[in-house]
Amino acid sequence: MRSIFAIILSVFTTTVSATPFPSTYQPLPGSPTLITNATILTGDGRRLDEADMYISDGKVIWVGEGAVPTEGVTTIDASGKWLTPGIIDVHSHLGVYPSPGVSAHSDGNEATAPVTAEVWAEHSVWPQDPGFSRAMAGGITTLQILPGSANLFGGRSVTLKNIPQNTYQGMKFPGAPYGLKMACGENPKRVYGGRNQAPSTRMGNVAAYRASWIRAQRYIRDWQQYEQKMAKQTSGAETDSNSALAAALIKPPKRDLELETLAGVLKGEILVHMHCYRADEMMTILDMADEFGYQLGTFHHGVEAYKIADELAKNNVCGALWADWWGFKMEAYDGIQENIAIVDRPENSCAIVHSDSEEGIQRLNQEAAKAMSKGQAAGLDIPPERAIRWITSNAAKSLGIAEQTGTLAPGKMADVVIWNQNPFSVYAKAEQVFIDGAMVFDRNDQTLQPVSDFELGQLLEAAP
Amino acid sequence: MKRQFFTLLLTLACPIAFAQDLLITGANLHTQSAAGIIENTDILIKDGHIERIAPRIPTNKMIRVIDAGGRPVTPALFAGVTVSGLSEVDAVSEAVDSSYRELYTELMHPEFDVRMVYNPHSSVIPITRIEGFGFTLLAARGGDKTLSGQGGLVRFDGGYSSFEGKPVIYIQTSGRSAGSVGGSRVAHWMLLNQVFDEAMTDEELTLITPQGATALKTATDEGIFLFNADRAADIMRVLAFAEERELSAVIHGGSEAWMVAESLAAANVAVILNPLKNLPENFESLGARLDNAAILHKANVRVIFSSGETHNARKVRQLAGNAAANGLPHSAALAAISSTPAAVFGGEPRSLSQGARADLVIWSGDPLEVTTQAEHVILSGVPDTMVSRQTLLRDRYLDEATDMPRAYTKP
Repeated sequence: MRSIFAIILSVFTTTVSATPFPSTYQPLPGSPTLITNATILTGDGRRLDEADMYISDGKVIWVGEGAVPTEGVTTIDASGKWLTPGIIDVHSHLGVYPSPGVSAHSDGNEATAPVTAEVWAEHSVWPQDPGFSRAMAGGITTLQILPGSANLFGGRSVTLKNIPQNTYQGMKFPGAPYGLKMACGENPKRVYGGRNQAPSTRMGNVAAYRASWIRAQRYIRDWQQYEQKMAKQTSGAETDSNSALAAALIKPPKRDLELETLAGVLKGEILVHMHCYRADEMMTILDMADEFGYQLGTFHHGVEAYKIADELAKNNVCGALWADWWGFKMEAYDGIQENIAIVDRPENSCAIVHSDSEEGIQRLNQEAAKAMSKGQAAGLDIPPERAIRWITSNAAKSLGIAEQTGTLAPGKMADVVIWNQNPFSVYAKAEQVFIDGAMVFDRNDQTLQPVSDFELGQLLEAAP
Repeated sequence: MKRQFFTLLLTLACPIAFAQDLLITGANLHTQSAAGIIENTDILIKDGHIERIAPRIPTNKMIRVIDAGGRPVTPALFAGVTVSGLSEVDAVSEAVDSSYRELYTELMHPEFDVRMVYNPHSSVIPITRIEGFGFTLLAARGGDKTLSGQGGLVRFDGGYSSFEGKPVIYIQTSGRSAGSVGGSRVAHWMLLNQVFDEAMTDEELTLITPQGATALKTATDEGIFLFNADRAADIMRVLAFAEERELSAVIHGGSEAWMVAESLAAANVAVILNPLKNLPENFESLGARLDNAAILHKANVRVIFSSGETHNARKVRQLAGNAAANGLPHSAALAAISSTPAAVFGGEPRSLSQGARADLVIWSGDPLEVTTQAEHVILSGVPDTMVSRQTLLRDRYLDEATDMPRAYTKP
């Protein structure tokens, strides 16, 4: 008798894994390591001179002073060197627009409809992109891979740990929330307007966002109603076979991948990463987030963010910005080199230096250095221990992983970079890079310099 | 009233202010000449030129004095190959003049000379200049055309025709640009051979106008041909073509130039490259590496740096710094963005010695470092105001908000 009910139930209930495409990330092998006599920028605004740090079991155990086991500890003398948290890039297209950038590899924009919240960047990531190892040599330990900005809703992002693996699942940052890429302004209206299709204007952009949020609200309501009905049927004093049958006959709403992602934003589970340049447009987006009751996460590019720095801080929104890129399109015409420093100025600000570039990601420290020095020249007091937050802790906050990484605090992931000198210099080089306590890169040891499958065996006759 | 009128007339008659004599004291002078670096020296500038370089030059109250305080002084730098004054906003096609497309003649047009419409009032120019840049190589950008047109050096002094040096004709030879010529780089060479034959002999002109033929002949006699080529094999093809046609070639791109450094040195062909390129961006740059410039320099190949960017051309300084961080001697890295491009393209020498034009920059520190600033930019002996559209935007928004909108703040 029970088996019949079981069969009926299985017919009507859809099995959905809560975490499809799960992370299989495992830290690489590491050993307890004591790093001594370094200048340490902790990532939370502090600087320690001639200080030590101890990492073990993949975690930061202590910074400054603490106990170390008498045996089994590797010691690295970092005299004259600088130590920072692993560098985090919140805006990368590595893997989805990999090298070589041939059209067969162009997997970053599903530019076939303005709303494609259903696509996931991870399904485009080519783990053999040589860009990952180049970024590692620049101290990048964590990066967010975003879809491009052709669409109003471009799809889900994925946050990766920067270790070489043959699958993106093997790189997927355990427990990191998903992001949703959205785009303002010229790109969507150019791509679709150019096809004589909506949107072709900025007002068309906003109308289409709002229409999508309304559908997402409805989708949430439909599921809530379904769950309420189910709860009612199954919450009786006795769950007899009749009520189980009745519950099984309540049809769930049709699953919709696009609306699942949008609903995830409205429920606060998915973070919004919004490509947006102009100050006035960013304010429109903040109002729209209020209208639909979600928290905006991060504005990306924001070349005019300096015009609304106070509003960004007040609304608890990060600004992921370039140090000096401007003028390539009309909405980038008002870029200034002090953008990051001015966005950083208010209390509770969240200024971030991002790359959006396979070149820039290799030297985010230099990009931060330029922004820092332009801020200093404009009279803003920005020491290195403050500026390093732009590429570590603030970036971790933007990605929703600040509990796990982004600062050198006890209990955090041991994502660490040892620099040959002050990293705010064109001459600075990441000498050693640790991810979860494992040394994954050593500039002075070729055996710790990964090479992707694509690069192996190229130009054999030309080797120097 | 009358007096005001005359003042106005005088101002209009002399758009460029008379250069006051200028004395820079305590300079750490990177001469870019055989003199190398002269420490703690004074530089006297008269009539826009360097009058004297010596320690403790006497001054008087008619001379403006700027104390360098031991900081570096270099020639005003080279901004790379750009479309400065030819593109106000890259994605606004009506504000861009650096290339042609769908020209009804369907011919090749080496006579397409971008210098004809160079606009010194572009906001890009002061924005670039105040970062320490004094000149650039104007580019004709075809992208997909075998012959893109021509350009040349221009100084960032605000003049309408501040051009220098030789005519430079831009040629595409890469696989990427071959799409519009039949999908093979073979077609680039096929067309080039034909068009040169037509221009240089009495053959009937089928691919080119008479003006275009003249432009090719002139450039062959006294100009430069700049070939876009990254792959080692393509660079070797350029060298063979240049030898056969007896023309002066420069390689632009050169990701794999290090692989053929000896051949480049033997042919005395310079390379314009971006020293940040270290990824196999395509199948033409599988050999891209950070020490490309260092290897070429060691083989006695002249290197020049360019980022390919116009609006952010100021990044060229960071390029040079990274090259220096990857094995290129500091002086060679500085030369790659000052004296070398001037020499290769036939401009005025960018070495700071007596008699040279006073185009120079006083830096807050190492000119190749990302945390230093150009403190004074001096072109033809005139100190720049150090104001650009971007500094004005900065100053408008740097102060705390007032009761009135920012539009009333006019710094």
